[in-house]
Amino acid sequence: MVNPNVQGKKYPATNPYLVGREKIREFAHAVKSTNPINLDVFAAQAAGYNDVVAPPTFAVVIQERSLATVLNDPEADIDFSRVVHGDQRFVHARPIVAGDELVSILEVASVKTLGAHSMVTFETKIFAEGAELVCTAISTLVVRGGE
Amino acid sequence: MTHINIASLEVGQVIGTTEFLLTRDSLVRYAGASGDFNPIHYRDDFAQSVGLDGVLAHGMLTMGASVQVAVDWVGDAGKVVDYGVRFTKPVFVDAQDGAVLVVTGKIGEIDAEKGEVRIDLTATFNETAVLGKAQARVRL
Repeated sequence: MVNPNVQGKKYPATNPYLVGREKIREFAHAVKSTNPINLDVFAAQAAGYNDVVAPPTFAVVIQERSLATVLNDPEADIDFSRVVHGDQRFVHARPIVAGDELVSILEVASVKTLGAHSMVTFETKIFAEGAELVCTAISTLVVRGGE
Repeated sequence: MTHINIASLEVGQVIGTTEFLLTRDSLVRYAGASGDFNPIHYRDDFAQSVGLDGVLAHGMLTMGASVQVAVDWVGDAGKVVDYGVRFTKPVFVDAQDGAVLVVTGKIGEIDAEKGEVRIDLTATFNETAVLGKAQARVRL
């Protein structure tokens, strides 16, 4: 059972993550993207970007770094082996581009209990240098109760 | 790059359908690229030990592949400003044959003032929907 008292808890900013061009290409191939904006620097620059653009779900890589902090927090008491991903959303203020250095700040938006199960919603704000908000990632995990 | 005239679009219009073959190779590749190394996505024995019928695809892989239908239509991955899904059913990936994910995108809403279109995606595996409320807002 997830500790309901962590609702509203904010976790400190993660260490900066430097988004690499090859990392974007690797992720793009993994999600079956063939979009030149993800892969080809010249195509991305012709479309007005500084470098290749990350696929719309790439922010999960940054979100995971914040989530790892929560899953290791004894106060939250989340048993990762019982976790199922319920839903996920990414709201982009602008696309993530190679060269961005990103940090994330996670807040536990809500903890709900449904019988033996818990539903925890996390809101992770992802910032580039100068505290520029790039993306808000919202994720709900379902934690199945013990037998 | 293709330019889409927002005035020519209609709600309900199909923008595209793509079949994605997800193999065990796809899952290992996604694990490496994303950093999600949960063994339920590559080890049959582990998946079975936690009560699953077999190895299943990362929900985030299904989500990430599905949105490509909207990306291909608009031609620019940076134009997807908002994308959300619910994970409703697992996609089991057979060791030999993999799994075929069929994704169709339709226009769900047109906001001419903002120049944005909502694309509603359906993703099916074995003719069962695996994502719920999969919606991508695209800036034209």
